[in-house]
Amino acid sequence: MALVATAVALIPLGYLLLRAGQQGLPAWLDTVFTWRSGRLAATSVALAAVVTAASLVIGVAGAWLVTRAAVPHRRLLAVLLALPLAVPSYVAAFTWVSVADLWNGAPGGRFEGFAAACVVLTLYTYPYVFLPVASALSRVDAGQEEAARSLGRGPFNTLVTVTLAQVRPAIVGGGLLASLYVLSDFGAVSILRLDTYTRAIYTAHTVGFNRDQALSLATLLVLLTGLILWGEGATRRAGTRYASTRPGRPAGVADLGPWRWPAATGLWAVVLVALGVPAVSLVRWTVAGTSLADAWGRIGEAAAGSLTLSLLGAVVTTVLALPIGILVARHHGRLTRFVERAVYLAHGLPGIVVALALVFFGVTVVLPLYQTSWLVALAYATLFLPLGVAAVVGAAAQAPPSLEEVGQSLGATPAEMFRRVTVPLTLPGIGAGAALVFLAAMKELPATLLLRPTGMETLATRLWSATGVGRYAEAAPYALLLVLLAAVPTWVIVQRSGIVRPAPSDATVVEDGALLAPAPAAPLLVDSVSGEVGNLGAVTGPTTLRRPVEDVQS
Amino acid sequence: MRSTVNPAPRTGSGPRDPAARPSLAVDLAGVGKSYRSRPVLQDVGLQLEQGGFLAVLGPSGCGKTTLLRCIAGFERIDGGRIALGNRAVALPGTHVPAHRRHVAVVPQDGALFPHLSVAGNVGFGLPRTQRRGAARIEECLALVDLAGLGDRMPHELSGGQQQRVALARALAPRPRLVLLDEPFGALDASLRVELRRDIRAALHEDGATAILVTHDQDEALSMADRVVVLREGRVRQDAVPSTVYAQPADSWVASFVGDADLLPFTGADPTGRVRTGVGPVEVRAGGPGATHLVLRPEQVRIDPVGTGTGEGPVATVRDVEFYGHDTLTALALPDGTVIRSRSLAAPASVGDRVRVRVVGPVWAVPDGGHAR
Repeated sequence: MALVATAVALIPLGYLLLRAGQQGLPAWLDTVFTWRSGRLAATSVALAAVVTAASLVIGVAGAWLVTRAAVPHRRLLAVLLALPLAVPSYVAAFTWVSVADLWNGAPGGRFEGFAAACVVLTLYTYPYVFLPVASALSRVDAGQEEAARSLGRGPFNTLVTVTLAQVRPAIVGGGLLASLYVLSDFGAVSILRLDTYTRAIYTAHTVGFNRDQALSLATLLVLLTGLILWGEGATRRAGTRYASTRPGRPAGVADLGPWRWPAATGLWAVVLVALGVPAVSLVRWTVAGTSLADAWGRIGEAAAGSLTLSLLGAVVTTVLALPIGILVARHHGRLTRFVERAVYLAHGLPGIVVALALVFFGVTVVLPLYQTSWLVALAYATLFLPLGVAAVVGAAAQAPPSLEEVGQSLGATPAEMFRRVTVPLTLPGIGAGAALVFLAAMKELPATLLLRPTGMETLATRLWSATGVGRYAEAAPYALLLVLLAAVPTWVIVQRSGIVRPAPSDATVVEDGALLAPAPAAPLLVDSVSGEVGNLGAVTGPTTLRRPVEDVQS
Repeated sequence: MRSTVNPAPRTGSGPRDPAARPSLAVDLAGVGKSYRSRPVLQDVGLQLEQGGFLAVLGPSGCGKTTLLRCIAGFERIDGGRIALGNRAVALPGTHVPAHRRHVAVVPQDGALFPHLSVAGNVGFGLPRTQRRGAARIEECLALVDLAGLGDRMPHELSGGQQQRVALARALAPRPRLVLLDEPFGALDASLRVELRRDIRAALHEDGATAILVTHDQDEALSMADRVVVLREGRVRQDAVPSTVYAQPADSWVASFVGDADLLPFTGADPTGRVRTGVGPVEVRAGGPGATHLVLRPEQVRIDPVGTGTGEGPVATVRDVEFYGHDTLTALALPDGTVIRSRSLAAPASVGDRVRVRVVGPVWAVPDGGHAR
């Protein structure tokens, strides 16, 4: 069962490699080693490098300041700094372009290119570093820092050699995650007209109808992605041994003296720019209104399209996730590790690559499915399966085998146990996972763009086409809706990261001494965001499948 | 205050089969179990009468939890026979599933159903018609001193209270047997003593038959009517607590249950008055082949040199451990052997020379290795 589900999720990747193989190595090398291809590679890698470096600076500094330094209003700042996660990158790009246009009507002076892409992507990617690092920092055991101080190390020395060393896995993991998202980003670079791999693949496919070239570029992008995923996995494996074995006392807060004012100013500047520009744009263009006839009807139509596709995607993903999640939660072994990795790999693939592979697959193998919502749903399942699997794993941990045994010893038949214990305990978690998949699917752009049935429009595709022709007022309501949708999973992550208030469940576990820690209300997922197995490990059991809840990748 | 509960007749015993021993609730014979050809249980046999309380005592990894899981029906046995009441529930090739055995388990962590209230948990094993507001639920909650807490949710309870609910839940359907799997392991020491007393009283009051699995000798000796000592999957001794302590089956049991110093013993005749390194002692043994004498620290008395009977050897005090209620003194005998003496006060300091005297008979055991 689990293997079948994994196989379904891996169809795009497998088919892509198969086609590339058929194309033959010489042909592949010919398309890959060209001047144009080299330039694309340079742009993509340079963009990823610059954005990742900038995200690391903002993310780590911000995380330390809001968790461990006496910056005024640091709790509020912590939440605000995480919020840019709620702006999908193509929505962000749209708002920046539309705001820049307010002051720059001259043609040719459009806000676009490498620098523009760096600024926009950094401002909406740094939370991938900020959240895991802030979460890890808020869980650092004060005892270790005190031990270092008592052994004669100064405050700065302690910060570098003890505190930051402890959260190093979170920093590295966050950085790799950020680079992964930049590399697979399609919407923002396209709106900002920067030629990267993803945009070139899309152009080659839709404009040039040059499928072979699109295919070669896609395989190259898969290789790059695989490299980053491998690096991320290696860091995480190395990082598990850093995880504190027991929850420690929360550490104290450093007094910055007069430096707290420039620090606060810097953080507020990031928040104001990252959140202010979208706010200004959305307010300005929503108020301006659209001249288009039947604007509401069109919005309703797009919303219905989004709803249909996302619901179908959520259902397909959850159905595939159930056997995989149960396997991962209940059985440990080589097969489980393989399935977990495979699911994870598919999730790391850029949406555009998955879409392209499914286009080929639809045209040549399952023609009846081509141009139907099912193919879109399959793409969503490939992209968001880890969200579903993590939800099932978390839910299964809510109903551990020991509960089943106790129930049986009290005379309940297996069927009765399922109805009276397993279903009530797991349904909320699985439902929450399905809801997250649904929200992620609502925001998905490239796969939807390529695979949707002709004539079907969604919120994301409408925003895309309106931005493409500069009709900002028309695009604004879609952007607003998408930001609101993305806000929900973002809030879940922020709450679970423990930066709003220190993670409460640790204390309960210790005091009770009992293993029955209070179950988290939404035993969903998670997460690259918490960066630590820590208390989650105690509750959810040995899951290694921790991926971002959120998926801004577009 | 607990309500008085009349022990109800249990299914599986009674008039149905008067020919068989009617009072035997649990009967294991020759039970064997292996994991991947590694034997975990070998030829385990034990009998428990109706209403009895038996403790299975052994170090971690001795197979005691596997034994419990086999009795509960979570594991299949490879050989032997398990009967509950007059009904065989496990034979090679026959396996009555756990939910038809009427054996209720109290796991180490309680494993309360987190989505059910305390009353919902306690009523879980009752027939559907009796689940809501049943008198039996209140009765069982009263048994474990939690009357009136039926509406609480498990996470609102302390660890000790959760264990009490887990016991009430196990007692409610009046099972043939209650299995307790190290139920005090997750609690701190002071709580443990109180809970032990209360759980023992509740089991007794309800007339339940119970098996407790533990690695804690205090727990086994103080709670159970009978103790089965398990080592490496085999039963080493099956006796009442005082016998296990006073007349251990071999040197391993002697050193595992309680403090003991083992002196080599070469006497051909294992009974009678024998001259040893601690002076002349009265030796008793269960059978031939004894190789060690078991010296319990409370049997060893020390007096300042020059007082007392003057019969025993003079030893040097090596170490004094003061525990408040008593003191443990380590003594080096003239031949270099170190033995321990437990006394109420601290009678000597390190370096003192004292005369050693052994009180009461000393038990001689065959060699079985050392537990620690």
